[in-house]
Formats: sequence, C-alpha cells, structure tokens
Amino acid sequence: MKPLAMKTSQKMGAGLLLLLLSFAVLEGLFNTGSAHLQRLDQAFALPSLQEPLGTDQYGRSLLARMGAALRLSLLLSLTSVLTSATLGVVLGVIAGWWQGWIDRLLSFVLNTLLALPGLVLILLLAGLAPGSLLMLYLAISLVLWVEYFRVVRAITRTQAQSSALQASRLLGFGRGYCFRRHIWPALVSPVLTLAAFGAANAILALAALGFVSVGVRPPTAELGLMMVELFPYYSDAPWVLAQPIMAVFCLVLSLNLLAGKRT
Amino acid sequence: MMRLLLTRLGQAALVCWSVGTLSFILMQLLPGNMAFRVAAGRYGYDNVNLAAAQAVEAELGLDRPIWEQYLDWLLNLMQFNFGQSLVSSLPVAHELLHYLEHSLMLAFSAMLLALLLALPIGIYAAIRENGWFDRASLILSVLLRAQPVFMVGLVLLLIFSLHLRWLPVAGFDGPRFLILPAISLALVLAALSSRVMRHAGVEVIHSAFFQFARIKGLSFSQSLIRHGVRNAALPVVAFLGIQLVTLMEGIVMIESLFSWPGLGHGLAHAVFNRDVPMIQGAAISLGLLFVGLNLGVDVACHLIDPRGRGDL
Repeated sequence: MKPLAMKTSQKMGAGLLLLLLSFAVLEGLFNTGSAHLQRLDQAFALPSLQEPLGTDQYGRSLLARMGAALRLSLLLSLTSVLTSATLGVVLGVIAGWWQGWIDRLLSFVLNTLLALPGLVLILLLAGLAPGSLLMLYLAISLVLWVEYFRVVRAITRTQAQSSALQASRLLGFGRGYCFRRHIWPALVSPVLTLAAFGAANAILALAALGFVSVGVRPPTAELGLMMVELFPYYSDAPWVLAQPIMAVFCLVLSLNLLAGKRT
Repeated sequence: MMRLLLTRLGQAALVCWSVGTLSFILMQLLPGNMAFRVAAGRYGYDNVNLAAAQAVEAELGLDRPIWEQYLDWLLNLMQFNFGQSLVSSLPVAHELLHYLEHSLMLAFSAMLLALLLALPIGIYAAIRENGWFDRASLILSVLLRAQPVFMVGLVLLLIFSLHLRWLPVAGFDGPRFLILPAISLALVLAALSSRVMRHAGVEVIHSAFFQFARIKGLSFSQSLIRHGVRNAALPVVAFLGIQLVTLMEGIVMIESLFSWPGLGHGLAHAVFNRDVPMIQGAAISLGLLFVGLNLGVDVACHLIDPRGRGDL
C-alpha cells in the first residue's frame, strides 16, 4: 500500500481537520474582534450577523474565542507531536540499532515513565509551574514520546537483523544510507498513525487539564476551560456550551479517523 | 514469573523515587521561606519572628545542604512517612487511605460494568461480523472515543441528575452516588474493549482450530465455549493492561467531575492548592495502584496462556 493511499474514513478525517484548521487560521487573519474584550451589556447575545457564534457570559465574542482556542489546541498538539515524534524516532533508532548500554539506559527511562499513568505525570509537572503553557507542552511531549520510542525501537530491531540490511552493510554502505533505504520506509506509516493519535491525545490532555483548573489560566481561551466556565449557564445558553464541546469532539474525531486502524 | 515480579517491583520503586524527587523540587519551588512558613503554621501568623523561624530551621535541619535534605526526604518516603497536608494539616496517610478505598470502589465497579457491557456486545458483533450490529457498535465506539472522558460524565450528569433528578449530582453519601461515575467510566472503557473483543472473536472464529472443531461436528456454541473463549480471552486480557492507562486517567477526570472523594480528585485538588505532601502521597498511591493492577494483568495473561511460560 502506498503511504498516501487513504481509505474513505481517513479522507473524511482529513477533510474535517482541514475545515477546523482553515477556520482557526482564517479567523486569526481576518477577524478583528478580540477574544478578551468584555461587553457586559451584551452577555449571551444570540448569534447574529455581527457575532455569528454569539457571545459568552461576559459578552466576549465567541467567534474570536473559538478561533483562539482552536489555534491554541492545534498549535500545542502540533508542537508536542513534532517534538515527541522526533525524540522518539531518533532515540528509538539508536536504541534498536546500536543496542548495548544505551538501549538499557533508555529502557530504564522508559520504565520510569511508564510506571505512572500519563495524565498523573502531566498533572505533577503542571504543578511545578502553574498556568505555564511551556510546562504543559514539555509534559505532554514527555508522555507522548514513549509510544514512538517503543514502536520505532521494535521495528528497527527487526530491520537491523534483516538480510537486506546486512547485505547493504557488507557491500560497504554507511549507516546513513542504510537508514534511508531500509529503516525509514518501514517506520513512516506507523509513525504517522501514532502522530495522529498523539495529536488527539494532546488535545484531550489540554482540555482535561483546563477542565480540572490545572492547565492554562483564565482569561485565556482554551476549550476545556471554556467548558467549565460556561457549564453553569447550560440551561440559559446551551448553544454557547455546545461550541467548545463540539470543537473538541470534531478535532479528536477527525484525528482518530485520519489515524485509521490502530496498528 | 520471577522476572515479571521483579520488573514490577522495580517499577514500584521507580514510582516512589520519581514522584518523591518531583515533590521535593516542588517543595523547594514553593514561594516564601520554608522555616517562616512552618513557624507560621505552628505559632500562628502573628507570633512569627526571626528567633522562632531560626528555632524551626535548626530543629528541622532546614539549614543543612540541599542534598542532605533530599536524602532525608527520600528516607522519610521509604518509611511511608508522607507528612502532613499543608492545607488541612492532617496526616496525609490517613486521608490517602480514605481516598484509596473510594478510588478502588469506583475502579472495580467501573471495570465490572465495562465487562458486562463489552462482553456481550463484542461477542455478538464478532458472530455477526460486518452485520448491522457490528457496524452500529463500531460507530458508537468511535463517537464515544472522540469525547474527553469527562464529557461522557457531563452528559449523563445533565440528563440524569439535573433534568430527571433521579440521581445525586456529586459527592459520596451512599451507593446511589456510585452509579453515575461508574457508568460514565464503564462506557468509556467498554467503547474500546468491545472492539478488541470483537477482533479477538473474529480471529478465533476464522482460525483453523475453530474450523476444525466445527467440521468435527461440534455445534457453533460448543466450539465457541470449548475452543473460542480461552483463545479470545488472551488478547482481551493483554489489552486490559493498555486500558489501565485509560482507567487511571478516567479516574482522575471522573472523580474531579463528580467530586468523588478518591485519589484522582485528591491529586487534582492538591495540585490546584500546591499542597505538596498531598500531591506526593496521591501520585505515589495512584502510581502504585497502576503498577499493582498491571501486575494483576500480567499474572492473568500468564495463567491463561501456557505457551509463554518457558521464557518468562
């Protein structure tokens, strides 16, 4: 199967993700409204031409807030996935190919990280620097890289023992060439699948931390935080509460669909 | 088997060390001077002066080099001396026991419920492979998995507590309070495990040994019970190990949502209040619970599948 040949469900996921992405980007480029400007006389204004998504309890524009929140979630998941994937792939290849003491050392680190459930570790690290987005990014990346490392290490081990790679090495090709020719092609598809799941997990983790008031602080527009803030008004303004919920749902659904079958 | 036990024991030790170290750093990062803070706690904020602070410093050894304090911290931890909560000044260990009891109650009832949900759904979907029931359960599972765990709880809470007023909203004061948190957690767990059961079931039904049993003349249900269940159970139980992560994270979220007096709620609260001894105690308990449950899954896999016993 070619790496870019996608199933229908994957195409649907990609389309949905593209839609959310373009909303987040276009809103940032063209909407002049502020995500923090309060107009208390216009609290819970119904959706209108001026405010297509309505306003929240402080009269803040939900269009601007949803755009900002989506950008935050997407950016955080993208950076933490890039960081963790790079780290996991590099260390996984090293551990799987060279083996020896470095493999044992990395496996020790892995066991330490795996001993704690991811969210507990993220909560602990978030406690080190309350409200710091940088810490959240580091903590989420630290939890996510483990998956890449495990998968990449296992694949590299089998590839390194394959006769094809042994032959290349005997013919005098360097490690760089062997990596590009033999190992990388075997890694691409599982790493991409993991990346899509990882991005979904990062978005869920950020929302979850916002929900237990340990993540970013108000007045930052963040999807989990918006849910908590808007929940008390669920009967007055259900359409307002529905927006961050739908946003998280669509984000995670699109990424899960894009990932396709769990490998 | 011994190696397995040793690995998990090592992990348990690693949990204590890593959480202990993180908590020590957290303690050092707390704003203000430690000696003054402790003195204020002991004598009241109005009676703190330099002499009192210095007395505390000398008594608790806060003037020693940092690594000595660190070793001391770890030594205390090894004796399960978790100290006192910075907020309620009650001993942490006492509160932890109370939390642990409730967390275990929630975790086991959720797992039991998830099993009761996932088992029939998974098996029926496997028997009627690609039928309408199979597809419907797939779509339901995909939709459930695209929610944060707390969303499921929130929806149930809105319907059953706030609108229908059948069940209490939050807290714990009797078995009625267990129903909503356990169901929300079970739904999330069953969403995934029902699919795993379905895949395991389909694999077994298509396997050569199952076909042979059918050809031999056993009925479908006989073959399923004699040859299917045990073989299908292995991937399902092994998957339980992976699902424990979901369970633990679910515990943190669901307990926070329903104000369930358990470890996850305690941890989230402690992080919010920067109550370091409580953070340390709750995180270590959650970590040890996690390692313990993992060990249970390992042992179960070991008992179900005799093939791997030689090389363990």
